[in-house]
Amino acid sequence: METYLGEKQQARQWSPYINNGGSCLAVAGDDFAVIASDTRMSLGYSIKTRYSTKYLKITEKCSIVSSGMQADIFTLHKVLKSRAQIYEQKHGKPMSTDAVAKLVSRLLYYRRFFPYYTFNIVAGVDEDGVGCVFSYDAIGTLERVKYSASGSGSSLIEPVLDNQVALKNRNDIKKEEFKLTKEYAIDLVKDAITSAGERDIYTGDFVEISVIDLNGTHEDKFELRFD
Amino acid sequence: MFRTQYDSDISIYSPEGRLYQIEYAMQAVAQGSTALGLKSKTHAVVVTLMRSSDELSSHQRKIFKVDGHMGIAISGLTADARVLLKFMRNETLHHKFVYGSDLPTGEVVSSLAMKSQRNTQRWGRRPYGVGLLVIGYDGGKTHLYQTSPSGNCFSYYAQAIGSRSQSARTYLEKNFKEFPELGLEELVLHGVKALKESSGKETLTKLNVGIAVVGKEQKFEILKPNKVQTYLDQILQTEGEIEIENENENEKDQEAETLELKLD
Repeated sequence: METYLGEKQQARQWSPYINNGGSCLAVAGDDFAVIASDTRMSLGYSIKTRYSTKYLKITEKCSIVSSGMQADIFTLHKVLKSRAQIYEQKHGKPMSTDAVAKLVSRLLYYRRFFPYYTFNIVAGVDEDGVGCVFSYDAIGTLERVKYSASGSGSSLIEPVLDNQVALKNRNDIKKEEFKLTKEYAIDLVKDAITSAGERDIYTGDFVEISVIDLNGTHEDKFELRFD
Repeated sequence: MFRTQYDSDISIYSPEGRLYQIEYAMQAVAQGSTALGLKSKTHAVVVTLMRSSDELSSHQRKIFKVDGHMGIAISGLTADARVLLKFMRNETLHHKFVYGSDLPTGEVVSSLAMKSQRNTQRWGRRPYGVGLLVIGYDGGKTHLYQTSPSGNCFSYYAQAIGSRSQSARTYLEKNFKEFPELGLEELVLHGVKALKESSGKETLTKLNVGIAVVGKEQKFEILKPNKVQTYLDQILQTEGEIEIENENENEKDQEAETLELKLD
């Protein structure tokens, strides 16, 4: 469309995607995993709700947290929950964490040409009881890692985890001397997401944190800043 | 008298207005080993006797979970039961996915009844040769339903199906008035006692007795053999106690005699 000045005006394209903000992270230890997400749901500069869960417990040994568009997160979690039940009915036992990780990857790739706007992290204990974290992109690229963060606060959290879990860029401690204990990991996860809440406007309100080991899943919740 | 003339196809009525093929299908249910169900205000229980074809084989499973709030016990053609189970699981999962809540037991039983009836009126199909006892907890109430090859389904306070089920049914008829107020443990005990009535010569062991429970704050759960054994022990103990009481009475008589002698 041309104006009298002869400039081309760009028509605003409607997008099926919006970002509802929020941060997620997970850390794996030798025999446990810690997974956490905040619960704030935003739209633009407003808060839509202070409590909208981004966390889903899939089995006693495996959970998922997702950031991105709440509608897609909700639907993906619904589908995952049903698929986990179908698996359990068919095979007579719950899905292993590796199976869940692969399934999530496939569910995401299935929508390769109209992706779920979700940035997921799957965490749990694997068949040997070793803690594991899997991180994804929107179309299902799967990578097993020791820790991961996603969402609006991920660029604030990831460097902290690099430094505190992988001991990168540290001169004060040697890798051989460091043991990632459960208490250390829980405190680290709590501090990391709290710090993200301080600076990132889309992270805040409440945090759902969950510790997974061979005994099962222990869920907890705490408050962040409401501003 | 007319049986053999009017029983060759599902679509043929007898002069008395009966469909013999359906009745023969119900006979298949009656051939299966006993399955019984009973309910209180807070819990519903199924108890089954699992057969094994010979010593080398495993015992045939008769209890299956449909969803967290619902399960079934079967009697009859196990293969047909699997088809109906898959149907029920699909219905409940679909409802949960779409509406986010548990599918009421009565609704899935109605769908099952419709499905069963279709097979009694379609060319080339045969009735499902299996009867189900469906137990569930939803809407704050316990449910027990029986479905049959005919497509009829009824709600029950307690019911038994399969071979020798009449003995179990008689026991349940005698005791069902007290079921509503019972706790879970006593309810299961009644179930096991009822099963004992129809077990005939077969001894009840933790391997051939199946028990499942569902109710308020109790997700559908098939009890593990060790838990089953605790109930069997209680039954045996009660029987043993009756014998011991008789012995004690004899002993007391003897003691009384010796005292009298001492006083002398």
